[in-house]
Formats: sequence, C-alpha cells, structure tokens
Amino acid sequence: MGILDSKVPKGPLADKWTQHKNDIDLVNPANKRNIDIIVVGTGLAGGSAAATLAELGYNVKTFCYQDSPRRAHSIAAQGGINASKNYQGDGDSDYRLFYDTIKGGDYRSREANVYRLAEVSGNIIDQCVAQGVPFAREYGGLLDNRSFGGVLVSRTFYAKGQTGQQLLLGAYSAMNRQIQRGKIRSYTRHEMLDLVKVDGKARGIIARNLVTGEIERHSAHAVVIASGGYGNLFFLSTYCMGANVMAAWRTHRRGAFFANPCFTQIHPTCIPVSGEHQSKLTLMSESLRNDGRIWVPKKLEDAKAIREGKLKPTELKEEDRDYYLERRYPAFGNLVPRDVASRAAKERCDAGYGVNKTGEAVYLDFAAAIKRYGTEKAYTSGIKDPDADTVRQLGEEIIEAKYGNLFQMYEKIVDQNPYKTPMMIYPAVHYTMGGLWVDYNLQTTVPGCYSVGESNFSDHGANRLGASALMQGLADGYFVLPYTIGDYLSDDIRTGKIPTDSPEFEEAEKHVTERINKLMSGKGLHSVDYYHKKLGKIMWDKCGMSRNEKGLKEAIKEIAALRKDFWENVKVTGEANSKNQELEKAGRVADFLEIGELFAKDALERKESCGGHFREEYQTPEGEALRDDKNFKYVAAWEYKGEPKDAKLHKEDLVYENIELKTRSYK
Amino acid sequence: MTKLIQSSIARKVVMALSGIFLVLFLALHFTINFTSVISPDTFNEFSHFMGYNPVVQFLMQPILIAGVVIHFVMGIILEIQNNRARGVKYVQFKGSANAPWVSRNMIYSGAVVLAFLGLHFYDFWLHEMAFKYVEVNPEDPTRYYAETVEKFAPIWRTVLYVISFGLLSLHLWHGFASSFQTMGLNNKYTPAIVNFTKIYAVAIPLGFAFIALYHHFNPIIH
Amino acid sequence: MKIYLKIWRQKDAASKGKMVDYTMEGIEGDMSFLEMLDILNEELITKGEEPIEFDHDCREGICGTCSLQINGRPHGPDTMITACQLHMRSFNDGDTITIEPFRAKAFPVIKDLIIDRTAFDRIQQAGGFISVNTSGHTIDANSIPIEKEKADDSFYAAACIGCGACVAACKNASAMLFTSAKVSQFALLPQGRVEATDRVLNMVRQMDIEGFGNCTNTGACEVECPKGISLENIARMNREYLSASLKG
Repeated sequence: MGILDSKVPKGPLADKWTQHKNDIDLVNPANKRNIDIIVVGTGLAGGSAAATLAELGYNVKTFCYQDSPRRAHSIAAQGGINASKNYQGDGDSDYRLFYDTIKGGDYRSREANVYRLAEVSGNIIDQCVAQGVPFAREYGGLLDNRSFGGVLVSRTFYAKGQTGQQLLLGAYSAMNRQIQRGKIRSYTRHEMLDLVKVDGKARGIIARNLVTGEIERHSAHAVVIASGGYGNLFFLSTYCMGANVMAAWRTHRRGAFFANPCFTQIHPTCIPVSGEHQSKLTLMSESLRNDGRIWVPKKLEDAKAIREGKLKPTELKEEDRDYYLERRYPAFGNLVPRDVASRAAKERCDAGYGVNKTGEAVYLDFAAAIKRYGTEKAYTSGIKDPDADTVRQLGEEIIEAKYGNLFQMYEKIVDQNPYKTPMMIYPAVHYTMGGLWVDYNLQTTVPGCYSVGESNFSDHGANRLGASALMQGLADGYFVLPYTIGDYLSDDIRTGKIPTDSPEFEEAEKHVTERINKLMSGKGLHSVDYYHKKLGKIMWDKCGMSRNEKGLKEAIKEIAALRKDFWENVKVTGEANSKNQELEKAGRVADFLEIGELFAKDALERKESCGGHFREEYQTPEGEALRDDKNFKYVAAWEYKGEPKDAKLHKEDLVYENIELKTRSYK
Repeated sequence: MTKLIQSSIARKVVMALSGIFLVLFLALHFTINFTSVISPDTFNEFSHFMGYNPVVQFLMQPILIAGVVIHFVMGIILEIQNNRARGVKYVQFKGSANAPWVSRNMIYSGAVVLAFLGLHFYDFWLHEMAFKYVEVNPEDPTRYYAETVEKFAPIWRTVLYVISFGLLSLHLWHGFASSFQTMGLNNKYTPAIVNFTKIYAVAIPLGFAFIALYHHFNPIIH
Repeated sequence: MKIYLKIWRQKDAASKGKMVDYTMEGIEGDMSFLEMLDILNEELITKGEEPIEFDHDCREGICGTCSLQINGRPHGPDTMITACQLHMRSFNDGDTITIEPFRAKAFPVIKDLIIDRTAFDRIQQAGGFISVNTSGHTIDANSIPIEKEKADDSFYAAACIGCGACVAACKNASAMLFTSAKVSQFALLPQGRVEATDRVLNMVRQMDIEGFGNCTNTGACEVECPKGISLENIARMNREYLSASLKG
C-alpha cells in the first residue's frame, strides 16, 4: 500500500459510512464560526459543498472564474441523475447501483466509496425536490424515471434535457441563501493560481482577480478543490471553453498526488468536427442511441462517394449498410457502453468508412424508428393500411416529442434535417475519471486540502456510467465532505485566523507573479491557441481512443518539446494588470502541457486495457479490451517531482471483498 | 405618491389602473357624444346633466382630472427612468424585430393625446368654466348642440381632432391590453381579452372621428 | 464569404469606447459566430494587436455566458438560440455586422464586449431560493405529489439561463422577465409557496435597486429569450407582488 492510506473504515460494506460518521470528530457550532474554508469551483460539487458548509456555520469563500457560480459546466449535463430510490419497483437497490457503477468502471474504483455514493443517492433527490428543482413528473404527480446507459433498471431522474442546469441552479440557490446570510463570500471572475501550505497543511490560496489583474491572498483552515476535469487538454472536447486543470494541477505541484490521469471518457455521440476553425464539440444525449441505429457503408467506394457528395446516405440500399455495433455486439447492439461504442466508430473510420468530408463521422439513423413508431401509432389510431407518408409523419411526430430539442440543436449546427437524413456523429472527449487522489474522507495527500466532484479521481474507475457524474458531484458536496472535513477541522478550533503575511504566502505570491511575468515575456512567435491546438492533436492522435507504446512514447517527447517551445515563444498580448483573456488562457495551457505528459506516462505505465483506456497491445483476438487484474488492479497515484517525466508512481491496491471481478462482455 | 413610485410594479399598476379608468371614461364620453349625431335634444339633455349635476361636477370631474394627471405624470416618470436604465445607448438597436411600433412609442402617442387634451380642454372645458363660473351666465339647457357644431366648423380643428383620434387608437391598441398583463391577468382568456381591446382601440377613436367629421360636414351639406 | 464587422472596443470600465471596423475574408457558413471571432482574434494577435474580449463558455447554448448584441438584437438575428449557437450561414457575403455588448445601466461594461451581470446574482440572493437546509434529511421526494402541468410550467420558468438577453432587448432595460421566471418557478411549486410573499417583495425590491427599467409590456424579451421564457411569468409575478403587497 506504500504511503497511500485510503482510510476506508472497517466493518461490513453497508455499515461503513454510518459507522464512520459516528466515529469521526465533530466541531461544535460555536467553534465553526471561527473556521474559514475556501472552496475553489462552484459547479455541482463546489456549489453544494459551499452551501452546506456555510449552513453548518463555517465561514466560506468561494472562487470561480465565471461571472456567476450558476455558469459552471455542470449545467451542460443533459440526461439525468441516478439514484437508487426504486420508485419504479423494478428491483433497484443501493447494492445494485453500487454493483453497476463498479462494473461500468471496469473494476478500477474503490468499493467503499462507491457504496457510499449509492447509499446517499436517494437523499440527493429528496434534497433537490425540497429545494424546488423541477424534475419531470408523471400524471399522478410523482417523480418520473427513465432508463439510461444500458443498465437493467429505471433509476434516472431528469428535468427534460436540462438536468444538470436544474440541479446546478438548486445548488446555486442554496449558495445564494448563504451569501444573503453573509456566510459565503462569493468571488466570481477569480482564478486560483496556487495553493499555500503552512507547516505542511493547506492554509490558503493565491488567486487572480480576472477583472483587475490583481493577485490576492486568501487564507483558510481548509481548502476544497472542486474545479472539474481536465478534458480540455484535448483542445476539442465537450467541455466548456474555460474548463481547466489549474487549481488541481497547482495543488498537485504542492504535494497532492494525481491519480489515474489517463482515464478519460470519450463520448460516442457528438456532432463531428466540421473544419479547422472548430473550437468546441457538442454532445448529443446518449438517449438517442435508444432509437437510432449506427452504421457506415459496407463498401469503401460508397463511403468515398458519400464523402465527395456524389451519393446520399438515404440512397444506399439496406444490404450495402454495415450496422457494425449490431454486427459486433448482437446482445447489446447500439446500446453498448460509451467506451465500446466510441472505439468501434473509430475503428470503422480508421478503416476508411467515415462519412463526412473529414472522414471522421458515422451515421446515427432514425429511419427505422420513425417507421416503427409511425406504424404503431397508425395502428393505435385506427388507420388501416396507412401509406408511407402517413407512417412517416406519425413517426416523426413521436420522435420529435422524444428528442425534439436535440434534433433542433443538430439542425442549427449542421444545417441538415435529421428527420430526413441520418445524423452524423463522432466520439469526443467528455469527462475525466482521473483526478486528485483522495482518501475515503475526500482529503488529498496534502492535509487540509480536499477534492470533490470531477476534480478528484472519483468513484468511476476507468469508465463512468451515464447520469452518474451529477450524482457524484452532489453526493460529495452535500453529504460527504461536510461530515468528513469536520474530523480534520476539529483540531483547528484554537488556531485562530490564518495570517496572510507569512513567508509561505509571500513565497507563493512571488511564485505566481514570476510565472505570470514569464508568460508575458515570451518571444511572441505563436498565440496561445496555436500551442493548445498542437497539444490537442498530439493527445487525440496518440493518447485518444486507443493507445500504444510507440505512440505514447512519442507523445511524451513531443509534449515536453512543445512545452519548452511554449515557454520560450508564446505570445501573450495585453497587460498582466487588467482583464486579459489571453493571459488566462496561457496559464491554463501551460498546465495542460504538463498534465498531458503525465497523462501519456500514466497510459504507458498501465499495460492493460480497461474502460476508457485501450492499449492496442492488450486486446482479445476479437479486438475487445483485455484487462489485467493480476498486475494492474490498482490506482496509479503520481507524486510531483519537478518535470512530469520524473513523477513518482504510488499504487493503491484495490480490494474487492463484495464483488467478483469479471470480464465485461456485451456480445 | 412617493411610496408608489418606489416600486416598479406599483408604478406600473398605477399606470394600468388610471389607464383602465380613462378607457372606461372614454366609453361614457363616446356614448354621450354619439347622441349628438342621432338627436340634438338628447345630446343637450345629457350635456346639461353632466354640466350641472353636483356629483358629476364636484366629485367625478376632479377624479377624472386626477386620473388624467396621474396617468401622464406617471407616464413621464416611467419614461425618464426607463431612459436612465440604459445609460450608454446602442449604436444599432433593432426594436422592430421583436416588439410592435405602438408598444415602443407609447410616450409619443401619449404626448400627442396629451397635447390634444390641451386643445380639447381649451375648446370645451375652459369654455364651460368661463360660461358657468366666470361670466356666471344663467343656465341654458339647449345651447350644447349648437356650440359643438360651431366648434367643428373650422377644417383645421376637425383635422387635428381626427389625427389625435388616430394616435389615441394606437395608444389604446397597446395600452388597453397591456393593463391586463400589468394587473397580472394572463391566462386562457387572454386572447379573447386582447381581441376585445383591439376592437375597442379601433372602434372608439373611429367613432369619435366620425362624430367630428359629421359635425364638420353636416352643416356644409345641408 | 467576406464580412465587414463593426465591433465595440472599450479598454476598461472607466474608458470611453468606440466602434472599430474589421474586415474578414474566407468565412464559411459552417463556422459558428464565435469561431468567426476566434479567427479574427488570431489575426489580431498575429498583427500584435489586442484581441477582442468577449464572454463565452459552454458554446452550446446553456451556460448563458455569451452576451452579444448582434445587428441590434441580443444573440443575433435567429430566435431561440444564444450567440454561441449562431452560425455564419445566417449571414450573406458582403454583410456588415455590428457587435455590441448587452447594454443596461445595471450591466456595466468591463472590457470590449464583456459586461458585469452580477446584478442578476444579487436579485437571486434577495430571495431566489427555498430555505431548506441541505442536510438531506427532508421528507421523501415523493411525499408531495405535484400536478404534472404545474411541475412542467415550473420547469419552463426554471429553464432561464440568466444571459440577460431580456434586459438587452427591452427598450427600457427591464429585468422583469428574468426576475419573474425565478419567482414563477417557486410560486408554482408547493415547496416554494411557503416563502412566496417575502420572496417576490424582496426580489422585486432588489431588481429596482439595481437600476433596471420598468416593464412596459412590449414583449421584446419574450421574442429574444433563447429559452422561450413566456410573458405569462411577468403577469404571474405582478399578481404575486400585488397580493403580497396587500398582505404585507
């Protein structure tokens, strides 16, 4: 186990969390008033944590780079949030949610954490309803559920296609209540640039006011990192443009271990890249795969003709189409998990069957569903022998009721009518399972520094199931961290206010200022985006959906060289002491250039295929992922040692006492 | 008044209530005026009643004047505040893309109606006040029809009146329906209510214009 | 296509701004409007000029960060979308496009096209919440059935992304649509009724303090709202406010 102590409590799985809550130290309400906590990031995890901590009586300061806490990218989650409420009476339970999550994560997550997640999931729904989150309801007035991501029960709660937004607004409203009470001070348009440690403990941060450019010192008794994932290092992703790894990476550089950086989720149904100008990718909800059939042409010459615009997909005969997911995975068909679907699309496109002008797109076809629904509707409406047009019209109406807003969004972006011609989709980077290593209490390896939500290495192992990100963010923020942080803070009731004029703050601020000055004084050959795009290309080509030793070794070299070039030649316009978006971007890209290398190193080290991590060398003869539980059933936690190439690996062995390790099969 | 001005919604409610009151008054005014087209005697009777009944004169009339004053004073206050709410103006603002002209120019249609009210007060109300309280003439229950016809003899006045009625129509077109929204009424009956207000907004000013034109042309024809 | 741009440039809050002309060539219809600005910025950086700063984040129409007045309309000529969802195919070769920040006294310009919308946050802080503790030990989520129709209406009100297009479109820079959407979301739910009186009074008071204009029911906000928030919400808030005032 080395120096990593996961602090998982003893006892039976189902009792661990309750027992732990009984055992840990608490801070009495009068003393909480004397304790300050900094929360960096105000998405689902950060926002809910800040609100709850303030409610308990702590003095909370929140930081976000956006102009309002409400804009965090949690807002973009469409599908829903899982909870083991078993409202549908279909046999769901905490254990089943726990089991599905561990299995979906390809057996690379910690049992006790995941069980706790399942255990508190029901409370999240109670909490959100009490806050006024307008979940979808049935005609009887009770909450509606839908099924998601190929699991066997209906446990996903949703608010049309905007579940993330509604949940975030719930957390934001809870924050607002505390801001109004003076218990939270919200610093918007602020970015954390460094973590300050005093006597080995996290005691504050250095932040930049993004409007004035001022460098500010903020002290606290504990620091919570809730800054989301690092998927933007791929340049093109479904992340928001501002998403970055700075807070987490700066924390890593100050001693927090970074776990499983190579575990990235690539979502199969995104709108394909349309050209060089592309700045970001748009996700189409996974729910589309319930009714859409994925295919590419069977013959290379047809694919070529389609790419050149000489042939329309609707003109292609049924026998000339290759429904490759149905062919390869007859049992699950189009509903295989995200990692499997993504890889299969890449495989077809790499073989030359891609269908858009860049050759990187496959079809998601609703014609069959339209026909099926239309026929059914005609039948139930009493129309005998309906003609093709009537069927089509009725079918389109049903598809519109189910996916209308997604179809409209697609048409806006691609300028094609997905009711008449198949959609084009391609995988895109969507979520990072890796992140700051945390113990059962969500504490990083730096005492007093915690991490919640996507920014920690989380409960999702090597692959996240749909509708689980929202669940984890809120579970961490509302129900886990507020308890566990008290255990640490109970030693701090007599500490008093942390001064910001100590040598440690001095040093951290100096470090930050020097870094900014260095960024501003590049030779000015290339813009920040130039480097970001180059990094993105290396990552996508060599550390993307499938990886191999040769590519990863090249990636490590290329990223290191690019980083050197960046620091010498980057061009940052404007001034450091005013609003400067180029400087903001430069700081973020600088960190991406470091984590990118660690990412590749981690992927190189993990000589197996599991979940989102597919090593070409480790696959079955049929091309499926080959996991190696004997040698790699561990969390890879990296310690910062200067350059990313020098990072030191620590292994946290994963122990499975309640679940039997199996090979995932979707055949 | 100061307390009312403190809340934007209260200010709006004052606008809506005084507006609805004036709309109702218009209906009454129109009904009486229209009798002048049908029967000069009935018109004289109504006018005399309105001019000499103490309840009308000393209770209703001040309320009406207050209603008019509140409506236009509040309208001006709102306009000033609304102007201030956008310190730096747009270089390009395409209001026509998202809101009808009438709704965006209530201040102008209102200002024209207000100016018209000045003329109208000068023509009839001041005349009445002078007749009754300054010159202290004896009561004459038959004078009103002839006086009205005489007022519309000059073409310029008739034209001014007709133009003003046009702008009154525009003002009502937005204002009448809008007052229901301000009072919080927006439900399944709203389309019907809106249709009614639009008919009203056209019919009443059109009727007034007809009366003015009638009294201008009737003596010429006969 | 060739596009002529007129863009508002302003160094900081204290400086005076002005419109500056730019010409762009080789613009494709598949580009999003913001990608067109990205390209312009790359060109400016190459020339050593300061790029144009504008707010944007999710680029998929949900975060509400982008705030551009394009050709005199918030989020540009298309309805039901935000500026980040607008594509260049909505324009023609040779078009002149003016880009300004959303303008209101309550939304001061920070730099170029970036504005300060914290006024919206303060309105929400005044009462845009339900006062329940986040302990999770509330009643079971299904213990209060809520009429589907009301729950749906509440959702449609809650769909507001807080972008400020309503204020930008309103000739009076009124924030009634924004405020009423939040008031409505809670007013329609039994959980929210408990504090309904204080909520509407406090939120409207804060809205007025921020210096937004008065609503004159032009309906521009509803037309320009990228999420289609209905004017019915404003009527509902008026109703709530009147009854709250009479009670209190």
